[in-house]
Amino acid sequence: MELLYIIVGLVFVNNFVLAQFLGLCPFIGVSKKTSDAFGMGLAVTFVMAMASFFTFAINEFFIRAGSQNVFYSLAGTTGFADAQKFILKNGLGEVLTTGVFILVIAGFVQFIELVIRKVSRPLYDALGIYLPLITTNCTVLGVALLNMKQIQPGGSWAEMSFGEGLVWATLSGLFAGVGFSMVMLLMSGIRERLAVSRLPRAFQGVPIAFICTGIMALAFLGFTGMVGGLKANLG
Amino acid sequence: MNLSSILMAEQAGFFDFLKINGPAILISSVALMVVIGGVFGAILAYAAKKFHVEQDPRVEQILSALPGANCGGCGMPGCGGYAEAVIRGEVALNLCAPGGSKVAAMVARIMGKEIVEHEKRYSVLLCKGGNKVARKFDYAGVDDCRAAALLQTGDRVCEYGCLGLDTCAAACPFNAIVMRDNLPFIIEERCTSCGACVKACPKNLFMLLGEKKTVVVGCQSHDPGKVVNKICPVGCIACKACEKACPVDAIHVIDNLAIIDYAKCKNCGECVKACPKSVIYNMRKTRKERAERKAAPPVVEEKHEAACKCHDAVPE
Repeated sequence: MELLYIIVGLVFVNNFVLAQFLGLCPFIGVSKKTSDAFGMGLAVTFVMAMASFFTFAINEFFIRAGSQNVFYSLAGTTGFADAQKFILKNGLGEVLTTGVFILVIAGFVQFIELVIRKVSRPLYDALGIYLPLITTNCTVLGVALLNMKQIQPGGSWAEMSFGEGLVWATLSGLFAGVGFSMVMLLMSGIRERLAVSRLPRAFQGVPIAFICTGIMALAFLGFTGMVGGLKANLG
Repeated sequence: MNLSSILMAEQAGFFDFLKINGPAILISSVALMVVIGGVFGAILAYAAKKFHVEQDPRVEQILSALPGANCGGCGMPGCGGYAEAVIRGEVALNLCAPGGSKVAAMVARIMGKEIVEHEKRYSVLLCKGGNKVARKFDYAGVDDCRAAALLQTGDRVCEYGCLGLDTCAAACPFNAIVMRDNLPFIIEERCTSCGACVKACPKNLFMLLGEKKTVVVGCQSHDPGKVVNKICPVGCIACKACEKACPVDAIHVIDNLAIIDYAKCKNCGECVKACPKSVIYNMRKTRKERAERKAAPPVVEEKHEAACKCHDAVPE
């Protein structure tokens, strides 16, 4: 049941593109044709899921406060007792997550691109060009940092063990990607029809796409409260 | 400031970590970034070797020699496609029209071969009607000549004439076509004879013509002369005045339309003078003037009008 609420929340209520306005760059840029949008959506979903997985693990063992932190034991063996106590309480600081996560995401995406280019050349030609585009896309970093918020005291996963948290983080990344892909497909359908309609010159292309995005975002506001409603009715 | 006071505070201040055991925390953070960067760098370097895909270095060289406009004039999917086709040996080395002879020579040199020069061509328009021809109905469909042409051959009374919906202007990757009074005007300085306009026009009103041939019949109508006379003031009425005037027998009226045999045409312009409807036009004077202007640019006067727009002007 929890999973259903999370799915509905990520895909509809807090849709990464239409509710949180992340990832507008590929959303507007790659949504001209449905086939391109589909490929991009798949690639983004894959990267988001894997990025959530790796960043969650790295955060747990290298940045987060607590005795599981590698630097906790390192500080202990090298005799920095005060530092060890500090890491137990505060970890290395949340400010590191941004930099470290981007490093991890960029490295991971480049690795995947190399693998795909070798293993399946047709797949690379079809969507390989999108992979570098996804690297610094704010949606990927966004979902990784969002997962961080959930494990803070007060978040939904604050009480979970590492393994459980890891699973939820990966699923969260996966369904955020699904939401992104769904909206991209919707947008590409709209834009394919817009391409053959009579529009004033000034609106053709990107301007009308932005206006449509705004209208779609308004429409998606209708989903607010859906999770509460589901919880009330399904228990 | 000591450790206990920091830990007793609700939340560590931003720079407090610097005060604990010297820079231990700072070093850990920096070390973390360095180690992650190093590890990923090593993984990527290994992966780059292990998953290495053989690529002929000449592809890169050819790609940098090509103009990079991805116009498709060579018939390949973009400049990358042409580079790879050249490496595979499937295509001629001088297919890049925008690049011209310079690029062809570079490609040939990279491939270790010779090429034969070919003459520069320009795109020319085979219609002078435009707004002079009446419209049959009010077209409110898709803003594209190709779509309009599907609807009873278009909204102009002449079924062979230009519809003026800018499809050619949009298709030209070099912005060499501008619309004037719903008729395309080709800016020859920018034309690279890539052929995009030829492919885009649903009425086949563009032709790529060698630069040395300057006389063009500005009509494609095969309608009988009486019909053309009624519907278009500048359409060919098949009166054969041009055929009689031509000293080298290069122009003939075939199927109600004057057609020039460019193998024989000497650009003398007699047919232009003879045509009663001014259908045939000669580019010789404008091209000559352009060449002269390029050779000796005009002296710019001291006084310039404040609102001078000459930087964006389209040459007349």
